[in-house]
Amino acid sequence: MSVGDPEIVVSAASAGAGSVDAPGPETAAAKIQGRSPWRLAYERLRSDRAAILCAVVIVLIVLMAIFAPVFQWITGHPPNHQYFDTGLSLDGQPRGPNSTFWLGTDDVGRDVLVRIAYGARVSLIVGVVATFLTVTIGTIVGLAAGYFGKMVDTVLARIIDVMLSIPFLLFAISLASIFRAGLKVVIFVLAIFSWSSVARIVRGQVLSIREREYVEAARAIGAGSWRIMIIDILPNVIAPIIVYTTLLIPVSIVGEATLSFLGVGVQPPTADWGQMISDAQGNYHAWWFLVFPSLALLVTTLAFNIFGDGVRDAFDPRSDRMFN
Amino acid sequence: MLRFLVRRVFLGILVLFLVSLAVFFMFFKLNSSGPTAVASRICGKQCSNQQINAVKNRLHLNDPFFKQYYYFLFGYPGKAEANGPPHNDGILHGDLGYSYVNQQSVNSLLKDAFPITLSLAVGAAVLWLLMGLLSGILSAIRPRSMLDRTFTFTALFFYSMPTFVLGLMLLLFLFYELSIHGISFFPAQGYVPFTQDPWEWARHLLLPWFTLAAVTAAAYTRLTRGSMLDVLGEDYIRTARAKGLSERRVVFRHALRAALTPIVTQFGIDVGTLLGGAIITERVFGLPGLGFQAVQAITANDLPIIIGVVVIATTAIVIANLLVDVFYAVLDPRVRLN
Repeated sequence: MSVGDPEIVVSAASAGAGSVDAPGPETAAAKIQGRSPWRLAYERLRSDRAAILCAVVIVLIVLMAIFAPVFQWITGHPPNHQYFDTGLSLDGQPRGPNSTFWLGTDDVGRDVLVRIAYGARVSLIVGVVATFLTVTIGTIVGLAAGYFGKMVDTVLARIIDVMLSIPFLLFAISLASIFRAGLKVVIFVLAIFSWSSVARIVRGQVLSIREREYVEAARAIGAGSWRIMIIDILPNVIAPIIVYTTLLIPVSIVGEATLSFLGVGVQPPTADWGQMISDAQGNYHAWWFLVFPSLALLVTTLAFNIFGDGVRDAFDPRSDRMFN
Repeated sequence: MLRFLVRRVFLGILVLFLVSLAVFFMFFKLNSSGPTAVASRICGKQCSNQQINAVKNRLHLNDPFFKQYYYFLFGYPGKAEANGPPHNDGILHGDLGYSYVNQQSVNSLLKDAFPITLSLAVGAAVLWLLMGLLSGILSAIRPRSMLDRTFTFTALFFYSMPTFVLGLMLLLFLFYELSIHGISFFPAQGYVPFTQDPWEWARHLLLPWFTLAAVTAAAYTRLTRGSMLDVLGEDYIRTARAKGLSERRVVFRHALRAALTPIVTQFGIDVGTLLGGAIITERVFGLPGLGFQAVQAITANDLPIIIGVVVIATTAIVIANLLVDVFYAVLDPRVRLN
C-alpha cells in the first residue's frame, strides 16, 4: 500500500537535493559524483517518455509556425485568399478535404490547412510573449512584497487580492472594447490579469527563504537589498517559476484563442485558431472547418500541459508519485 | 472568532472598494479623449450629438474624478425627467444604471439573465463536484493503478480542453450528427425557464452543464487525489486501520473529511466566479445569461450593461472568498484567527 510511501520518497528526495548525492543503486560501485539539482531535474525529465513525446510535438508545432510560408508554397494558397470558384461548391458551401485543399476550405473558400499553419504563429507568439511578461511582472512584485515585508507587502498583497478577485474574461473583453482589439492588446490583457498568481507563489517562497541563514550571512557582510534579492533569493525561487512558466504557456494560448473566439482578440482576416473556430460555429455540415482548428488548439495545449507536468515532476521529486 | 469575522468582512469591503475604483477608472477614464467620448460610449453607436450631450449632463461627466466616482456609488444628482430614463440611485443603492441602447434599466435586464446563469452554475457545480470527487478518491485509493492513470490522463485531457472547443464538439456530435440521423434529443440553443417546464429546462441545459462540468472537474480530480494522498499518509489513518475499521469507513469517514477542506475552498471560489456569468458556455449554447449579455453588450457598445455585469461578478467573487475564509476558520481549528 501507499501509506508509507510518501515519507520514504521525501527522505530520499531531500538527500538527492543536497550537494553531496547519495549513491543510486546502479552507481554504488562507481565514483560518487555530485549532481546539481538542475542536473537531477534534467535527468528525471529525460526519462519521462510522455514529456519527451510532448516536447517533440511542441517542436513540430513551432516548426509549423516558422515554416508556415512553406505550406503556402506547396499548396499555392495564400492564407487570406478566397477561392470562390475552386474553394466553394456551386451553392457556395465549403468544400471538404480533397487533393487541392488537403483539410478543406472555410465558409469563404480559404484553405484551412494553410490558415492553421499561420494561426500557429499567433498562438505561439501570444503564448510565449504574454507568459514572459506575466512571469516578469509577477516575479518582481512577489520578490518585492516577500523581501521588504511590512508596508510594501501589505500594499502589494492587497493589490494581488484585488487582481485575484477580478473576473478575468469579463475584464478582458471590457478592456478590449475600450481599446481597439488586436495582438498587442491581447498580450497586454493576458499579462495584466495573470501576474497576480505568479506574484503570490513567488511571495510565499521568498517569505520563507528570507529567514534562511545564508540571507542573514549576506546581510551580515553588508550586501544591499538588491544584491540579496537577485543573487541570494532569486536563484532559489527559479525552479517554481520555471514550472509555473511552462504551465502558463497553454493557459495564455487558450486565453488568446478565447478572446479571438469572442471577437475581441486578433482581428480578421489574420489567420487565428480561435477566430477560425468562431467562424465555423453553426456550419456543422462542414465538420472539417470546425474540427481541424480545434484539434490544432487541443493538441498544442495538451502537449504543453503534459510537458509542463513532466517539468514539475522533475523539479519537485515529491510529485514523482503523482504523475508517472 | 468575532474579531476575525469583523476583520475579514472589513477586508472584503476594502477589496470591493478598490475593485469599484478600478472599474470606474477603467470605464470612465481609461483611453478616453474626454467626457464626450465617454458619453458616446455609454450612449451607444446610434446616438446623435444631442443625445450624447444629454447623457454627459445627466451623468455629470464634466465633474472632477472623485465627484463622479461619488455619484457612481451613491447616486447622481438631479431628478428624473418625464419620458426620460429613471433617476440613477448609484450602485450602493442597488441601481446599476440605464441601458440607452436597450432603452431599459440595467437592473431589469440583468434580473432576467441571472436565473439562467444560476441554473447553469448550480447544475454544473453539482456535476463537476461528483465527477471530481469520485475520480479523485478512486485514484488516491489505488495510486499508480490502471484506473488512476486513466483518471489522471482524462483529467489532463479535459483540463487542456478550451471550453468552447468542447462545447462545439458536443454540438457537432450530439446535436448535429444525431439530428441528421433522426435522433433529435439535444437542442442546439436556447433556454426554457424551470417554472415553465422543468423537463425542458433540464434538456436544454444538459450539454452546457456537461461542458462546464467536464472542464472544471479536471482540477477537482487532481486536487482531491493530491489532498487524499496526503491525508492517507497521516498517522491517524494508520491508527484507524490498526483498530480494524473497514477500509470504506477509513476512506470516507476519516480521510475524506480532512481532505475536503482545500476542495471546499476551491469550490466556493469557482461557484462565486461562475455566478458572474459563464461567458463562453452561455455564448456557445445561446443561453442569455449574464455572460452572454456582457458579450452582446460589447458588440452593441452598450457600456452600462458591461459595468453592471462586472459589478455583479466582482461582488460575487469577493463574497465567495469571504464565505470560504470564514468556513475555513470554522471547520479547521488549525487556522490561526489573527
